[in-house]
Amino acid sequence: MADPVLSVQDLTTSFRVDGQWRSVVRDVSFDIGPQETVAVVGESGSGKSVTAMSIMRLLPPGNARSTGRIEFEGEDLLAGPLEQMQAIRGNRIGMIFQEPMTSLNPVLKIGSQITEVLRQHRGLDGAEAEAEAVRLLDRVRIPSAAARLGEYPMNFSGGMRQRVVIAIALACAPRLLIADEPTTALDVTIQAQILELIKTLQEEEGMSVLFITHDMGVVAEISDRTVVMYRGEVVEKATTEAIFREARHPYSRALLSAVPQLGAMAGQDRPLRFPRVDMATGEIAPPPPTADTVRVNEPPVLKVDNLVTRFPVRKGILRRVVGRIHAVEDISFELRQGETLSLVGESGCGKSTTGRSLIRLEEPSGGTVGMDGHDVRGAGHSELTKIRRDVQMIFQDPFESLNPRIRIGEAIAEPMIVHGLVSRREAPARVADLLERVGLSGEMMQRFPHEFSGGQRQRICIARALALEPKLIVADESVSALDVSVKAQVINLMLDLQERYGLGYLFISHDMAVVERISHRVAVMYLGEIVEIGPRAAVFETPQHPYTRKLIAAVPVADPSRRRRRVVAGDEIRSPYRPADYVAPKRLYREVGEGHFVQIHESEAAA
Amino acid sequence: MAAPSETARSVHADAAAASASVSPFRQTLGKLLRDPLALIGLLVVTLLVIGAVFAPLIAPQDPYDLAQLDIMDGRLAPGSQSMTGMIYLLGTDDQGRDLFSAILFGLRTSLLVGIASAAIALAIGASVGLFSAYAGGRTDAFLMRIVDIQLSFPAILIALIFLAILGQGVDKIILALVVTQWAYYARTVRGSALVERKRAYVDAARSMALPDRRILFRHILPNCLPPLIVVATMRVAYAIMLEATLSFLGIGLPVTEPSLGLLVSNGYEYLLSGDYWISFYPGLALLVLIVSINLIGDSLRDILNPRREG
Repeated sequence: MADPVLSVQDLTTSFRVDGQWRSVVRDVSFDIGPQETVAVVGESGSGKSVTAMSIMRLLPPGNARSTGRIEFEGEDLLAGPLEQMQAIRGNRIGMIFQEPMTSLNPVLKIGSQITEVLRQHRGLDGAEAEAEAVRLLDRVRIPSAAARLGEYPMNFSGGMRQRVVIAIALACAPRLLIADEPTTALDVTIQAQILELIKTLQEEEGMSVLFITHDMGVVAEISDRTVVMYRGEVVEKATTEAIFREARHPYSRALLSAVPQLGAMAGQDRPLRFPRVDMATGEIAPPPPTADTVRVNEPPVLKVDNLVTRFPVRKGILRRVVGRIHAVEDISFELRQGETLSLVGESGCGKSTTGRSLIRLEEPSGGTVGMDGHDVRGAGHSELTKIRRDVQMIFQDPFESLNPRIRIGEAIAEPMIVHGLVSRREAPARVADLLERVGLSGEMMQRFPHEFSGGQRQRICIARALALEPKLIVADESVSALDVSVKAQVINLMLDLQERYGLGYLFISHDMAVVERISHRVAVMYLGEIVEIGPRAAVFETPQHPYTRKLIAAVPVADPSRRRRRVVAGDEIRSPYRPADYVAPKRLYREVGEGHFVQIHESEAAA
Repeated sequence: MAAPSETARSVHADAAAASASVSPFRQTLGKLLRDPLALIGLLVVTLLVIGAVFAPLIAPQDPYDLAQLDIMDGRLAPGSQSMTGMIYLLGTDDQGRDLFSAILFGLRTSLLVGIASAAIALAIGASVGLFSAYAGGRTDAFLMRIVDIQLSFPAILIALIFLAILGQGVDKIILALVVTQWAYYARTVRGSALVERKRAYVDAARSMALPDRRILFRHILPNCLPPLIVVATMRVAYAIMLEATLSFLGIGLPVTEPSLGLLVSNGYEYLLSGDYWISFYPGLALLVLIVSINLIGDSLRDILNPRREG
C-alpha cells in the first residue's frame, strides 16, 4: 500500500469528569490510504466522534487530552502547537458535521461564509473569491449557484445546507475529508443524494475520506475499509467486504445481525424478531417465529375515515389566515387488534400528526376517528379520558418523554392511580411487575430518569404505556433515536408484548428497514396523504406508487457486494403549505391486490 | 443529536450511574454547601432567623413593654450600663430601649413581612403564570398585559398608594408587597412553563389522560422551580428592603411594632448629633441580612442554570 495519508497510532483520549480523568478512547490505530474511504462505525459512546475530534484537535484543551501519534502526510498532528493545527484544519483536512444548520452561521450569507474561507486559506479576494465560490457550489450540484450566494442558510433545505457545508470543506482542495455522521439528520432520499455526492467528489478531487457513522447500511454503501469501535476500543478492522461476509468479533456480528436489511423479509408473511447474538461466543441464535396475532374476525379497533388536520398560518396585524399547512389530508385506514400498521414517509409528510390527531393531541379539522366504537372527535371530556386510556403513545426521544423530576416508579404508577386501576398501596407491586415485563428490575423504581440509558428509558416508557392496559399503542418514531443493537432489543420486546397482550400498534417511522421487520401492513405517506397502503409483503415487493419506489430505492443496502451506482433524483421534499383558498382534490385509489390500494396519479384521474 | 453532546451525555451517564440515586433537591443542596460564599450566606441567614424566632428568649429586654423602659437610659452609647446594672450591648435609643433587643424583635417583623409576602406572591404569581402558559391564546395575552402594566409602575409607588388607602399594619404591608411582587413570579413561571409545555413528557401525560390540574402542578410546575427559586430568594430580600423603605418613610408599620426600617428612621434625627448607633446597628443588621440572602440567591442561580452544567 502506498504511504497512508493519515495514520493513527495508539490514540488514547481522556476527559476530565468531576476532577477525574476517564479515558473515552483507548489505543485506537488505523490508516487511511490515498483516495481511500475508511468508515469508523460504532454505537453512541463508542468513541467514534471523539476519535475524529482528537484528530482535528477540536476537544477543549483543559478538559481533554490525547496521547499517541496521529500522522498526517508525515506530520505528527498531536506534537505541534495548536497554531500549526489551525493551518491544517479546514485547509488540508476538511470536516463536515452532522447538523448542517448549526455548522453554518445563520446570520451570514452563504456567499460570504464560503468566500471567508477562500480569503483566509487561499488568499483570494473580491471578484476572484466570488467566482470560486460559484464554482464550488456548482461542484456540489446546487442549481443556479450564482443567484443563491446572496441567500441565508434559512433559505436552504437540510440537504442543500449539507451541500453548502461540503462546498466549504472542499474550498481548499483538502487531502482528507472527515465526515462525522453527515447524513444522520437527513431524510433517506436526501441521504442517498449526499452519499452519492461524496462518492463523486472523492473521485473528482482524489481525496481520502474518514466517514464516521452508526449506520451499517451507509458503511456498506460507501467505505473501502471499516473500523468497528466498541466502548472506546477498536474491536475489528478489515475491508468492508470481509466485515460483512465474515465478521470475527462477537460485537461486530451482533451489530450486523441487529441491522435490519431491506428485502430480508422476502417470503415471510409475519413480523420477525431480530436474531440474538451471544456476546461471548458470537454465536447467532435464530429468532423464534412470531405467532399470528391479528384478530381478523373481530371488527377493527381503530377506524379512521377521511381524517384531515390542517394548521392555519396567520400573518399581519389582524392575524388573518393566509394559508394552511395541510399536515394530514383525507386519509383513511383501519387497524385490528394484534395488528401492526406502519405509517412511513419522510419528514413533514404528516405521519406524526396523524398519530397525534388520533387522540386529539392535535385537533383534527375533519373526518372521523372511531376508537373501539367511540367517536373520538365528538367525545366529551370523560369519553376522551376513556379513549386515551385505550390508546397509549410512545414518543421518539426517551430523554424527553419522562419527567426528569419524577422517580420512574411513580411515573409508571401515576396513570394507574389517577384512573383508579390500583390503590396507592398496591401500586409498587404492580410497577415492579411491569418493569420486569419490559426486561428491567423492580428495584429500579426509586431511580430518576437520568440514571438510565436511552434504551432503558424507552423500556420504561413502554412499561408506563402498558400500565393502563391499552388496546392500541401509537409508537411515534419510538426506536429511531436508539442505537442499532438497542433498537433490535426494543423491537423484539414490542413483538413479545404484541403476542402476549394482542396489542395493536400504529408504528410511525421513517426507517423502511425497521418497518419491513415489524409490520403486518404498511401505509406510505407523502405530503399528508396516503399514496399506497397494503400488506407489508405487497408494498415492499411490488411497490406500485412512484414515491414508494423512490423511497425503497433510496435506502442504503447493508451489503457491499450489492453496491451499485444509483441514479438519484435530485429533487427536494416539497412543502405541504397551501394558500387559504386551496381546495384539496379528491383522491381516488385503485385496488391492485388484496387489500393493497394505490393512489391514482392526477393525470390518470383526469382522464 | 450532535456528536460532542452525544459523548458528553454518555460520559455523564456513566458518572451518574456510579453515584447512588439522589433527588434533584439534594443534589442542589449538596452543591450549595460546597460553595463557600453561599455557605456563609446560609449560616448568617440561619443565625438571624434563629435570633428572630427565639427573640423573646434571647433578648435581654422586651422592647415593647414600656414598663421595662427607662427614659433616663435614653441614647446611651454601646456598652453602657443601665441603672439596674444591665449592659446595653449596642446602646439604646431615645426612649431608653435596648437596641440589641429591638433589632432582634425588628428582625422578626422584617423576616415575617419579607417571607410571608414573597410566599403569597409566589403562590399567586406561579398559578397565574402556569395558567397563562397552559391556556395560551387570548387568555395568555390578557394576563400578560396585566403583568406588563403592573411592572411598568415602580414598586414603591404602588406600595405607597396602597398603604395610603389601607393604613398601617403588618397585614396591610404584606398585602401591599404581594401586589407589587406577584407579577415577577407570574412572568418567570410563564416563561419556563411555555418551554416545558412543549416537551414530550407533557404530551405523554396528556396522552395518558391525566387531569389538566395534575399536569400543571405535578409535572410542569416542578420543572419550572429552578428559576422560580432563584427569583424567590432575590425577591425576599427585595421585599424586606421595600418594607424597610416604607417604614423609614413612616407609612409602613406602626411605631408599636418596630421593624428594622423603623428603627433606622428613629435614629435618623440623632445621626448628626453623634449618636450614630441608633440608626447604624439596625441598618447593619438589614445590610447583612440582605447581602446574605443575595449570596444564596447568586449561588443558586449558578447551580440551577442548565447552561453551566459541565
